[in-house]
Amino acid sequence: MRGPEPTIYEISSPGRRGYTLPELDVPESDIPEEFLRDRLLLPEVAEVDLVRHFVRLSQKNFGVDLGFYPLGSCTMKYNPKVNEVAARLPGFTKIHPLQDPATVQGAMQLMYELQTYLAEITGFAATTLQPAAGAHGELTGVLMMRKLIHEGRGEPHRTKVLVPDSAHGTNPATTTMSGLQVVEIPSDKRGNVDLNELKKHLDDTVLGFMLTNPNTLGLFDEHLLELTHLVHEAGGLMYGDGANLNALLGITKPADLGFDVMHINLHKTFSTPHGGGGPGSGPVVCTEELAPYLPGPIVDVEEHDDHVHYIWKMPEHSIGRVKAFWGNFGVMVKAYTYIRMLGAQGLREVAENAVLNANYLQALVKKTYPVPYGFRTCMHEFVAQGKIEGAEDVRALDIAKRLIDYGFHPPTMYFPLIVPEALMIEPTETESKQTLDAFAEALERIAEEARTQPELLKTAPHEAPVRRLDEVRAARYPKLKDVPGME
Amino acid sequence: MSDYIFLDDRRYAPTHEWAKVEGDIAIVGISDYAQHALSDVVYVELPEVGTQVSKGDPVAVVESVKAAEDVYAPLSGEIVEINEELPDNPEWVNEDPYGKAWFFKIKMSNPAEYDELLDVEAYKKVVEEEEH
Amino acid sequence: MTYIPNTDDERAAMLRVIGVDKVEDLFHDVPEAHRFPPLDLPRPLSEAEILAELRDMAEANADLDHVACFLGAGSYHHFVPSVVDMVISRSEFYTAYTPYQPEVSQGVLQALFEYQSMICALTEMDVANSSHYDGATATAEAVIMALNVHRRRRKRVVLSPTVHPMYRETVHTYTQGMGLNIVGEDAPLHDLKALADLIDEETCCIVVQNPDFLGRMFSPKEMKALADAAHAHKALFIVVVDPISLGFMVAPGRYDADIVVGEGQSLGSLPQFGGPYLGIFAFKKEYVRKSSGRLVGETVDAEGKRGYVITLSTREQHIRREKATSNICTNEALVAIAAAVYLAAMGKSGLRRVAELSYHKAHYAAQRIAEIDGFDLLSTWPFFKEFVVRTPAPVQEINDYLLDEWGILGGYDLSRDYPQLENAMLLCVTEMNDREEIDALVDAFKEIANGALDSTVRFYVG
Repeated sequence: MRGPEPTIYEISSPGRRGYTLPELDVPESDIPEEFLRDRLLLPEVAEVDLVRHFVRLSQKNFGVDLGFYPLGSCTMKYNPKVNEVAARLPGFTKIHPLQDPATVQGAMQLMYELQTYLAEITGFAATTLQPAAGAHGELTGVLMMRKLIHEGRGEPHRTKVLVPDSAHGTNPATTTMSGLQVVEIPSDKRGNVDLNELKKHLDDTVLGFMLTNPNTLGLFDEHLLELTHLVHEAGGLMYGDGANLNALLGITKPADLGFDVMHINLHKTFSTPHGGGGPGSGPVVCTEELAPYLPGPIVDVEEHDDHVHYIWKMPEHSIGRVKAFWGNFGVMVKAYTYIRMLGAQGLREVAENAVLNANYLQALVKKTYPVPYGFRTCMHEFVAQGKIEGAEDVRALDIAKRLIDYGFHPPTMYFPLIVPEALMIEPTETESKQTLDAFAEALERIAEEARTQPELLKTAPHEAPVRRLDEVRAARYPKLKDVPGME
Repeated sequence: MSDYIFLDDRRYAPTHEWAKVEGDIAIVGISDYAQHALSDVVYVELPEVGTQVSKGDPVAVVESVKAAEDVYAPLSGEIVEINEELPDNPEWVNEDPYGKAWFFKIKMSNPAEYDELLDVEAYKKVVEEEEH
Repeated sequence: MTYIPNTDDERAAMLRVIGVDKVEDLFHDVPEAHRFPPLDLPRPLSEAEILAELRDMAEANADLDHVACFLGAGSYHHFVPSVVDMVISRSEFYTAYTPYQPEVSQGVLQALFEYQSMICALTEMDVANSSHYDGATATAEAVIMALNVHRRRRKRVVLSPTVHPMYRETVHTYTQGMGLNIVGEDAPLHDLKALADLIDEETCCIVVQNPDFLGRMFSPKEMKALADAAHAHKALFIVVVDPISLGFMVAPGRYDADIVVGEGQSLGSLPQFGGPYLGIFAFKKEYVRKSSGRLVGETVDAEGKRGYVITLSTREQHIRREKATSNICTNEALVAIAAAVYLAAMGKSGLRRVAELSYHKAHYAAQRIAEIDGFDLLSTWPFFKEFVVRTPAPVQEINDYLLDEWGILGGYDLSRDYPQLENAMLLCVTEMNDREEIDALVDAFKEIANGALDSTVRFYVG
């Protein structure tokens, strides 16, 4: 394995250039001296050095295109290449967001149709495509709930948001950002929301309930209809965290189950790539009652005799915009392409195969590792525990790191918080039986290694560009940049 | 369980702070069990001197790489001194939780609260339960 | 086409291992009345068919290869070198998740570390995070950070009226549950003194933009005076920047900004109808624990070799939950990598040249337009690449004419956001506009001055 890659500053050499620019073809104007900076500490590199640097860096990175990436709750499915071609069409990349709508009717049509498809798939009445990510969609949805309840229904005393103990961290964080208070509800022995505990908190201070379903244990809540009914009866609204929507495409519509508003992660369910952490896109879908509160503008359509015309429309009681412009359009193009290629039947097959793959892998893994809710049928993911009998010192972390040596990306670790030593595994529908078999076999061999040569796990990975990194040092003595000449 | 250090010259809160009284001043830190549970401490945030606190208020923060915990005031009163060197030496919390790694001193407004804290045996039981 | 590899035989074998007869049996937890609903969606298409449809949709748009663009207002047409798309098309980068497993994510981590480093260099700030969603959300997050620095005790925010209108609206949306008192948006335009006077002991921050939404450049001296006014009341000084302007302009770190935010789209991304963009977010190191968003830090591995990790993540939602500094999780990592490639490709001389070319061309255009009867250059102030022109007719009418007759995308209609700027157009010129295009715009305006909009033309008087 090659050693550390120098930084871009370390390969910089004074006077090198990696660009060309047009000549100045107009007279120069004076730039007043007082505005001019005295230094600009950017690197100076030739194009060849630049390209080699970033290509070498890319070789130190794992992606879905290199192998199995079973991160629970992240839906690391294959990213179709046609999506990338579609999003790079000049008619999509080279249009300005503030152009006259008459000059961008194609782009607005795509957005309008995507709004319609997402509403149809989830059963809701209206869609905004503006949020840039799942958490951004959560903030949007919770602010909409807050405004409907506080202003629309005139109940400003409702400030509590109930969140299960299995929830993603974004749910409580979003609640606080919205100026509301979090109340955590425990799960029952079967991994559902504990309804008896829920009932204790259902009073007239409740604004709503945020629920991921299937939840982060990979389980469909067995009392969901009762739960949504109870929350509504208490005057609250149901927020759906759409992170796990991949399990439900064509299987059920969240609106039919009693959800009032939910976000959708186009970068999970609808095959757009995760980009090493982003960009994503987090559209929000909602009921008729909440639709006037959507951030805007959204795309609407005017019917004329011989054609339709797409327009921007601000919902009547909008919470306001949640970012500049209209949303992550490039991501929308990819999701649109995916939905059009799959159609209704294809989407249902996605969910069926995602759930089939997860149950198959769960059946294999539970022979070797504890799967606390393995007595139930899981949905698109399941949670095992990184505990190996006869190797008590080995932790989930060690197993995860050893998986790297077998060519797999580790599963999500130590989440959900309610399962000790959690390894949360989501295979997605785009993995073959052979891949799942190989992964299960690797986990078996690792369990054996844990008993016979635990050091191999404790010091893993051995086959990665770097060994385990010192995160304590990084946090105690943060070094967050390296610019020669700057302290 | 038996690996943790417990000192009987001070009292404890169920949230794992210790308090040691000198006159009307209580010195506060976190227990050896708490620092073990956190693992390598990377950051400590202390309150401002002069802050009035009530028993149970979150007044400081202690962080490892993967966790952040509030440190609660075990007693009511005024923060009269903080351990200025601690934020620059967070590893002291792991090395010497009962000594060098004290967090702050409270001038007690209600010294009777001290007697309501757990004695060392009662605190051992709390830790024992959390371990299971 | 569903991208599902398994065959029916393989599926049957898997079902046997699970111990159920058919796939439908895996869904018994889903309430029966709501199971397997029909979906009303168009029929599935082949790759050839969908690409043909998408091309039609794309070609229905007037794209910047076919029209001359003088529209800016927060989204800019700057040159994007070929290397940028080449690098972010590496699927090791774009098909990766957030680098939570550092041993197999050194590529993304080091690229983001270099992005952070170059943003610090550009802004002269201590720390930069690895991105927010865009300039608007970065501005909102900066306000919330200032609020948290003051432990939520100070609830007043001074917001300049010439911060991008969409950014201001986003600040209002984000903070609607926080009980803030946001003042300043009705202050006179470009009156920094009036803004300074609004800062008091309850103020957690003041937000200004430089160059501002109308293109005005404020000098380091003017900005430093405002910083001092803020700091006299212990309020944070937040500056919204155009990163391209920093090719030659004095960086906000040099006039004592506490937080610097901005839209990073110009750094290697095309306008692409508004997103994905890049929220630049940089700040002084004493505020790092109150900051939001991911940070990549340098460390060493078990053998002492240099490596990179996500660090200080106890601020983030996955650890701190309801006490996190923000709910942000997914960010704009790939766009940040594009910006890193762009900044490295342009380097210190290239970025300066982009800024200078934009400046000279914008000033040439402004001077030519100022000579036309009926068109007034309102930008009597120092400006960068955008300037305001009073037009002899409503901006919408002028823009319709420019597009229909000249193939030109005209400027932004300022009357949408500023009632005092009726018939005022914000024009943007970058290195992508050649002299021929600028001269065509001038010619078109001359035609308008000569009555090209026919009888509907209303000349501006006084």
